[in-house]
Amino acid sequence: MGEEMFRVEDVSFTYEAEGRDEVGALAGVNLTIKKGEFVVIIGHNGSGKSTLAKHLNALLLPSSGRVLVMGMDTRDPSNLWKIRQNVGMVFQNPDNQIVATTVEEDVAFGPENLGVNPAEIRRRVDEALDIVDMSRYRKHAPHLLSGGQKQRVAIAGVIAMRPSCVVLDEPTAMLDPSGRAEVMSTVKKLNAEEGITVVHITHFMDEAVMGQRVIVMEQGKIVMDGPPRDVFSRVETLRGLQLDVPQVTELAATLSESGLAIPRGILTVDEMARYIIAEGCA
Amino acid sequence: MGIKVSKLTHVYMAGTPFEVKALDGIDLEIKDGEFVGLIGKTGSGKSTLIQHLNGLLRPTHGTVYVDGIDIFSRGVKLREIRQKVGLLFQYPEHQLFEETVYQDVAFGPRNLGLEEDEVERRVRDALEMVGIDFESVRDRSPFELSGGQMRRVAMAGVLAMRPRILILDEPAAGLDPRGRDEILGRIEDLHRHHGLTVILVSHSMEDIARLVQRIVVMHEGRIVMDGPTREIFLQVSTLTRVGLGVPQVTMLMHKLREMHKDVRLDVLTVEEAKREILSLLRKEGRPGA
Repeated sequence: MGEEMFRVEDVSFTYEAEGRDEVGALAGVNLTIKKGEFVVIIGHNGSGKSTLAKHLNALLLPSSGRVLVMGMDTRDPSNLWKIRQNVGMVFQNPDNQIVATTVEEDVAFGPENLGVNPAEIRRRVDEALDIVDMSRYRKHAPHLLSGGQKQRVAIAGVIAMRPSCVVLDEPTAMLDPSGRAEVMSTVKKLNAEEGITVVHITHFMDEAVMGQRVIVMEQGKIVMDGPPRDVFSRVETLRGLQLDVPQVTELAATLSESGLAIPRGILTVDEMARYIIAEGCA
Repeated sequence: MGIKVSKLTHVYMAGTPFEVKALDGIDLEIKDGEFVGLIGKTGSGKSTLIQHLNGLLRPTHGTVYVDGIDIFSRGVKLREIRQKVGLLFQYPEHQLFEETVYQDVAFGPRNLGLEEDEVERRVRDALEMVGIDFESVRDRSPFELSGGQMRRVAMAGVLAMRPRILILDEPAAGLDPRGRDEILGRIEDLHRHHGLTVILVSHSMEDIARLVQRIVVMHEGRIVMDGPTREIFLQVSTLTRVGLGVPQVTMLMHKLREMHKDVRLDVLTVEEAKREILSLLRKEGRPGA
């Protein structure tokens, strides 16, 4: 640990759209993310999550303050290619991210644009499709795949660029439960096995508990930042922000309110079941 | 009377190498005043089914009855059927197109040839039903609103047709928790206080558990389960097999039962789970309970 992936310093940002309030603006964000971390960002629509994400690969530049990506300032145009290659983005709608007529051509699009030689492209495409477990679909037409499969192809397209980090902006919002599970197991694998830094934006709290660190945004600011267990143990604060907590976490909080000596910050069904059983043996 | 579907089959791209049987002999009856959840994996046939219920798709075989009328028989005006059966598509805000909220919601009623004062009454009522203040938004562009508000304006456009049956395809998809609670609260209100029959397609088992009385489960173009919400969520293994799940608290009860604890399995909400656990601890005479 220790090597820095992102350093966000006093970043503020305002959209200059006419007739709009300052929606999604950032108001003095400070944040450091280290290489190899798995960070989840939650918050309302309009809280600034996506705006912050777009600062991480220089799709947006701060109105004030600065963003460093592996030490490179995003405001310096000469850093742009290197930043984009190192920080891949995956968005919400899988259909908007398809550019080619077969899966493997789609994945090859990025490295081709980098001017990588054909043999190396072949290697990277095969490897990327293997990581997201889509190799057997490589000749398929992407538009005929399921939502979860399309998102895995989009992720493969990003990892074929050999990035240090992948930023995913609500990649599961449009998927059914099994599609969500497919994408999340792929994301976990990228982080655990490939050592890729992950920044994952979501409204689903069962996804948020998968991260090592949860950041909560509200009105352009970071209002909570810590391990999931700490963040989710503050059920009232999250409810005040009208955010969800996992059902078992809420259950633990309400049991504790009725006088039961139960630890807060329970995150999974197994933990909860184990706690209730263990109490029984005591 | 409601909706009755009999032996409904739908084949996409029939006679081509891409032929897909999206629906395979569906029988289904939904009575007036029901609140039904329709669940299933992507590609299970949910969207194909609901598009038959107001005549947007024609069956390859089989029949759809609305209020006892075979909607695909000769002489039936599908336009009248669509007034009775309102369908809100996924991401309906993409279908907003007028310059003002008023114009957008008024589009359907105007097409019915109604007088302008009746149109205005309907627009006003429909916006009120979705919890949007008529006076403050009537002249605003729908595109200036938040995502959740845009979606509710789109829903008002459907409600302005005064349907008695409302079908919603994932109305909360992509909204944040606040937007989701707003729109689902409105839908619950339409069912409870305005007596609408509601068919809700959703991927969220928590939302389904909280809202509907009856669940219809689709898998590979067929209905594989159909029954009261509590009974459906008891069948964890069947739901898992068709790519679905149960709410976390329901799962917790099943885990506890596996560990030989005497708990009810048909628990659907956090509140019910709390009561069940407290009663378990009391039964076992545990301190702290």
